Amino acid sequence: MLLTVQDIHKSYATADGPFAVLRGIDLTLGAGETLALTGESGSGKSTLLHLIGGLDTPDRGQIIINGSDIAALDDNGRAHLRRGTVGVVFQQFNLIPSLKVADNIAFQARLANQYDPAWTATLTDRMGLTSQLGKYPEQLSGGQQQRVAIARTLAPKPRLVLADEPTGNLDEGTAAIVMDLMLELVRETGAGLLMVTHSAALAARLGRRLHLRAGQVA
Amino acid sequence: MTRATLQALLSHWWRNPLQLFTLLAGLALATALWSGVQAVNAEARASYRAAAATLGEGQYDRLGRRDGQPMDQATYITLRRAGWLVSPVVQGRLNGVRIVGIDPLTAPAGIGPVRLTQGADIADFLVGNGPLFANAATAGRLPDLQITITPDIAPGSAITDIGAAQRLLGKPGQIDSLIVAPVQPRERPDLADIAPQLVRQSAQGGSDIGRLTDSFHLNLTAFGLLSFAVGIFIVNGAIGLAFEQRRPVVRTLRALGLPLRRLIVLMAAELMFFALIAGGVGVMLGYVIAALLLPDVAATLRGLYGADVSGTLQLRPVWWLSGLAIALGGTAIAASGALWKMSRMPLLASAQPRALAMAAGQGAVMQGAAAALLLVIALILALTADGLIAGFALLGALLIGAALALPIILDRVLAATSARAKSITAQWFWADTRQQLPGLSLALMALLLAMAANVGVSTMVSSFRLTFTAFLDQRLASELYVSAQDATQAQAIIAYATPRVDAVLPIQSVETQIAGLQTEVFGARDHRTYRDNWTFLNAAPDLWDTTFAGQTILINEQLSRRANLRIGDTVPLQSQTLTIAGVYGDYGNPIGQALISEDLFAGLYPTVTPQRFGLRMDRSKVGDFVTRMAADIGIPASQTINQAGIKAFSLGVFDRTFTVTTALNVLTLAVAGFAILMSLLTLASMRVPQLAPAWAMGMTRAQLGRLELLRAVLLAMLTASLALPLGLGLAWALLAVVNVAAFGWQLPMYLFPADYARLGLFALIAAALAALWPAWRLARTPPADLLKVFSNER
Ligand SMILES: Nc1ncnc2c1ncn2[C@@H]1O[C@H](COP(=O)(O)OP(=O)(O)O)[C@@H](O)[C@H]1O
Ligand SMILES: [Mg+2]
Repeated sequence: MLLTVQDIHKSYATADGPFAVLRGIDLTLGAGETLALTGESGSGKSTLLHLIGGLDTPDRGQIIINGSDIAALDDNGRAHLRRGTVGVVFQQFNLIPSLKVADNIAFQARLANQYDPAWTATLTDRMGLTSQLGKYPEQLSGGQQQRVAIARTLAPKPRLVLADEPTGNLDEGTAAIVMDLMLELVRETGAGLLMVTHSAALAARLGRRLHLRAGQVA
Repeated sequence: MTRATLQALLSHWWRNPLQLFTLLAGLALATALWSGVQAVNAEARASYRAAAATLGEGQYDRLGRRDGQPMDQATYITLRRAGWLVSPVVQGRLNGVRIVGIDPLTAPAGIGPVRLTQGADIADFLVGNGPLFANAATAGRLPDLQITITPDIAPGSAITDIGAAQRLLGKPGQIDSLIVAPVQPRERPDLADIAPQLVRQSAQGGSDIGRLTDSFHLNLTAFGLLSFAVGIFIVNGAIGLAFEQRRPVVRTLRALGLPLRRLIVLMAAELMFFALIAGGVGVMLGYVIAALLLPDVAATLRGLYGADVSGTLQLRPVWWLSGLAIALGGTAIAASGALWKMSRMPLLASAQPRALAMAAGQGAVMQGAAAALLLVIALILALTADGLIAGFALLGALLIGAALALPIILDRVLAATSARAKSITAQWFWADTRQQLPGLSLALMALLLAMAANVGVSTMVSSFRLTFTAFLDQRLASELYVSAQDATQAQAIIAYATPRVDAVLPIQSVETQIAGLQTEVFGARDHRTYRDNWTFLNAAPDLWDTTFAGQTILINEQLSRRANLRIGDTVPLQSQTLTIAGVYGDYGNPIGQALISEDLFAGLYPTVTPQRFGLRMDRSKVGDFVTRMAADIGIPASQTINQAGIKAFSLGVFDRTFTVTTALNVLTLAVAGFAILMSLLTLASMRVPQLAPAWAMGMTRAQLGRLELLRAVLLAMLTASLALPLGLGLAWALLAVVNVAAFGWQLPMYLFPADYARLGLFALIAAALAALWPAWRLARTPPADLLKVFSNER
């Protein structure tokens, strides 16, 4: 199994004491599988995604990727995981403002020492970004920026792709195009995909669906 | 509404006391640097003036007894009756205070406190009841006496009328010396005829060593100016930070409908209030700094003038005012820029670093043009400038032009490095550094100026030291100098010394005019002392042979510059026409000087006989010789000058000057470091969105923190490497243009790589210390804060 999540708990410290966001989550995902994570706003979807992506640490429970428990990793270990094994696409602010589009796309792959020029060129071409390579992120539209973010995430060929409402900030038409491209390319890499979305239509296009409510799988 | 707004504005500070502290500390430090340097400068000048005015020494010739004992009143009366305009002085010590008694009616103007010689108190003075005048500190040491506090009196001295002083000191009827008024009646008997026991001591003014102070003050003034520039940059940084940090508050207030104008007025008032507080603290801090430095300054001046200069400071209103003025003025300048920007900012604008950088890019064209223009002006001035105003214009154009050019140069360097970087991390690092430039450029400019000022002033002081000691070696080549009172004594000295020493070199001169300029012409004996020790700025071949043969003349730099005379030119001297064979440096001399052979001198000026002699002998025998000469032919030690002593003394003066300079070096760099810290803190809030993607893609926070630190050090290194040529340019301008304009002679410039390396290291340390805390904070940013960047609630 690519990903196994067992009994994950997470709470945030607030002014009124600890606030439990996740209360015992279990899930599994195999290579090449796609899973939609749905739920109301504030139900803990992003929090769960961050924990799986090694961006934050759970209070309790196990997250096993490729057979190793990432909850046990230190800062360095988690950074290593983020570089090469897991790729994350956020809703916004995915890109490094000081780097040109070409360098943004190559960034993670080169950081992970998994840079494949041919594959990167393919990604760039399929995303329709070839004419944008010399620009800076802020010169691109929102849809173009998200395409750069997806290309960048897929460039190191991660085993697990996490996406947090990647088209949530885009208009409907653009969102549809970007989503099609993303699903297609992820399928080609054979990676597992876990995607947060609040769109039922979108969720229906993925293999399975998991609904969160009050910090638990409903 | 005003009240609610103020509450909202101020509440920001109560919730973020650290930000309030950096604002106040930035303002206070800038003020402290400025007022500290000013305080040292002003105190040094004031002390010197007070010492000169109190003691009248160095201004007037004096008469004293040959044996150094006090004279009686009758001698004084005899001289006055004979028409000599002299005024009696008695002095001594009481509780360690130097008591000076003068006669206000006959003393020349400029001696003693003004009030003392201006009438009202004179009646008291005359009957011997005159009050004592002293400054407050001195008065404390004379508890039993009634003292009129007068701040202008030199520290450690008290002045009163001669009658009171004689009583206090237990010297009834005694007079230590007589001050000789500068203008004397023509018809008056010779001193030797009416008071043969007295000798006349010449005024010390214009001596070579006295000229050291001018350079010392120039040095401090240059530092003052540069610290002002650095201070302005720092105030700017502090205010910029204050505005950046409160942008959300401002946005909210305006969204709630507060008129922009009211907001601007309130923020301006608030800032001025803070500036006032911080300025006050800064003045006090500057006072402390100055008080720490002052013992060295005072020691320097005491060495120079032999006068007591207070090692303690007085809080002068001038510093308060100038310190507060720089805090308020700097705040006003900085705040008006920030308020203007705020008034033009769209209501909901958020921090967009690339957009900021792009806007800065448009400004960069203007800035580049201004920088280029100023540097071209500086270049033209460097080639043509003569005169003090042109010299300072050169300094200004050079400094401002370089400061404006700095961000542009750094941007080009970083772009080139980024393009050449191999790894993606390096590439990102350089690109990201380049993106930070607009936010850091003010602080880097401050660092550039601080470092350049330090290089410039160190070069100047060290060059001066090297030159001056070499000059002492040349001019004071003889081990011992003896002055004669008259021709008989001169003969006695020659007769006594000739068999006992290696050589007796007569020193004789006349004052005359060469090319219409006042010039002292010396006649020198052909001896290896001259051939071995003298160095020339320009020299014809065999100049000593031709000069000692009576065919050529050697002139000093002052004469050469002012009369535009060069080697090969001829000058008339009495009946003779002589070719110039050499031009020598003559540091500190205000007038022209020329040197010809002894024989030629004797032919041209047969009435002049030598009154001073340089004696060459084994250094170790000097002490013995002086003692024996006093015993054998009655020439007292006071008529001799020991070269080794003068040199040791001069070097001591320089060493103390260095202590002050080094302290100021460290201080300016520390303040520049603080400017960097504040800029980094300003940028910190913008940094999170820039860094979060890199972190999410697999860089660790520790790595990001380390890179942040490395960035500051690298930027400081680049800046320092640009500051070095700038500092050398500054030193050159000070030595070759300003000094020539101010004093008429050029100081040769020497380079001191070890000093520069140390200064560069200081700059790097300052930058690293400044970046340490922001980098540490970054490395410990909670992941949740980084993740907020991506969340849709943002
Ligand atoms: N850093 C944080 N500190 C405190 N509370 C947080 C933090 N991050 C998220 N939360 C809270 O946790 C809950 C779940 O947030 P999130 O995982 O972002 O929900 P979703 O993505 O499902 O909308 C929300 O109520 C949110 O306010
Ligand atoms: Mg979410």
